[in-house]
Amino acid sequence: MAIDRKTVEKVAKLARLQLTPEELDRYGGQLGAILDYIAKLEKLDVAGLEPLAQAVETLNVFRADDPRPSLSRDAALQNAPEKTGDFFIVPKIIE
Amino acid sequence: MTDAVSIRQDILTRKTTATQVAERFLSRLAAIDPKVRAFLSVNKDAALAQAKKVDEKLARGEKAGLLAGIPVAVKDNLCTIDAPTTCGSKILENYRAPYDATVVRRLREEDAVIVGKTNLDEFAMGSSTENSAFFTSRNPWNLQCVPGGSSGGSAAAVAAGMAPIALGSDTGGSIRQPAALTGTVGFKPTYGRVSRYGLVAYGSSLDQVGPFGRSVRDAALLSQAISGHDPHDSTSVNQPVPDFVGQLDRDTRGLRLGVPKEYFSAGLDAEIRTSVEEAIAKLVAKGATRIEVSLPMTEYAIAAYYIVAPCEASSNLARYDGVHYGHRSKDYDDVTSLISKSRKEGFGPEVTRRIILGTFALSSGYYDAYYNRALKVRRKIKQDFDKAFESCDVIVGPTSPTPAFPVGAKVGDPLSMYLCDVYTVATNLAGLPGISIPCGLTSAGLPIGLQVQGRVLDDLGVLQAARAFERELALSLPWPSLT
Repeated sequence: MAIDRKTVEKVAKLARLQLTPEELDRYGGQLGAILDYIAKLEKLDVAGLEPLAQAVETLNVFRADDPRPSLSRDAALQNAPEKTGDFFIVPKIIE
Repeated sequence: MTDAVSIRQDILTRKTTATQVAERFLSRLAAIDPKVRAFLSVNKDAALAQAKKVDEKLARGEKAGLLAGIPVAVKDNLCTIDAPTTCGSKILENYRAPYDATVVRRLREEDAVIVGKTNLDEFAMGSSTENSAFFTSRNPWNLQCVPGGSSGGSAAAVAAGMAPIALGSDTGGSIRQPAALTGTVGFKPTYGRVSRYGLVAYGSSLDQVGPFGRSVRDAALLSQAISGHDPHDSTSVNQPVPDFVGQLDRDTRGLRLGVPKEYFSAGLDAEIRTSVEEAIAKLVAKGATRIEVSLPMTEYAIAAYYIVAPCEASSNLARYDGVHYGHRSKDYDDVTSLISKSRKEGFGPEVTRRIILGTFALSSGYYDAYYNRALKVRRKIKQDFDKAFESCDVIVGPTSPTPAFPVGAKVGDPLSMYLCDVYTVATNLAGLPGISIPCGLTSAGLPIGLQVQGRVLDDLGVLQAARAFERELALSLPWPSLT
């Protein structure tokens, strides 16, 4: 079952990946082949089973809400592709 | 070339120095890595400076760490403050982590000498290192073949004697499969046994850091150094760490080996089947008991994994936005095109494929059919193991269905690459500890791996059973040919 270009286009947009029409078709075909394989899960009876999101199920972990040192501003900004002073630069988003 | 435990002993008894050891490994690395290509970066000066510090510490009579003077290679998805952390991706090509991963900090605290960062499939997604954005590492046993993956660089570095031990990470087999393909020992601890803080996230409910070595003892030593609770990782388990090294040798008699018939079905290479069966028979002859068990979910594990892991990946990799760190496109009109183009330019094909698959499976209308169903199958997989462990101590079988394959053999067909992990993904879905140890060579001279899986938190039991195999098999593999 190949996934049509429109569906892949929608998914790529959700994932913020700018793909060419040729790439949309290629990934759509591969996605379809993988989903065909994954379809075998439909044969299994999973009624009444709780989903298992994490195998070693741990309870919520809390810590005291005390201030403590964290990464310095300089360290947090050191890898920013574009920055000014204490800020990351992004294109203007408000007209 | 010697093992890590002996190196440490020789340094402590002043038969050699950490500096001499570092020089020896660095010179071997310089001589052979151009062929094997295990390393993405090597920092010779930092390694020699660290070795000198260890020697000075010993000269002052101070207590030496658990890894005193031992050269260690580190997979390049573990953050290191003094070296690049690329994750094998263009998107992180120039990234410098502002902090050390907890496991890296522990290496330093235990006086290890980090020699370099090793190659991997981009973001640890792959089984051959062919998905690395930089180059493909080679198998020291046959340079035309892949070393497995995703921790293929670490496996190849240890197999070729460029470092006695190394760190890798395992999300669906990424330590055990390359260990099998390179004739090394590779251990994936119980989920939560080792901190994931500073491990670049792929599938957070599956990822675990673990060691490579050329013996079970060396893998146990490195496990000892990196295991334990970390407040920086809420999923790390707050339980005492046993003395893995001190308690490694146990009596083979009474060991109950569970052998799942599903691990010996169609698709398993005939020579691997024979070798693993012979290894089990050898242990039985020494007093272990063979128990036939069944893991009926085995054939569904890959399908469940390729929903769960890509879903988690699509969420984890959303952070690469071209703003905070990583690659930023030069060509954009607005903030959406900045993000979409930066990601498109930065991610390779396999990462893109998994993000698309994960985003699809989590999207409105498909969530229940794919993600939620996969999590219910994951519950069934765990129940399979729980039932099997009622009658046995460990589960034994092959690690990989095939030996190392030629570079290029599977790149055109993603699904055939995914099936490399048919015996290893369930371990991660169930959170279990698992190890691969060498158990022989094929007629073509390629290593064969035997896998031992154990109960949650029975890391010691898995290491002990692996050690029992190693001891009773008494293999003496030659050094790989490097041709």
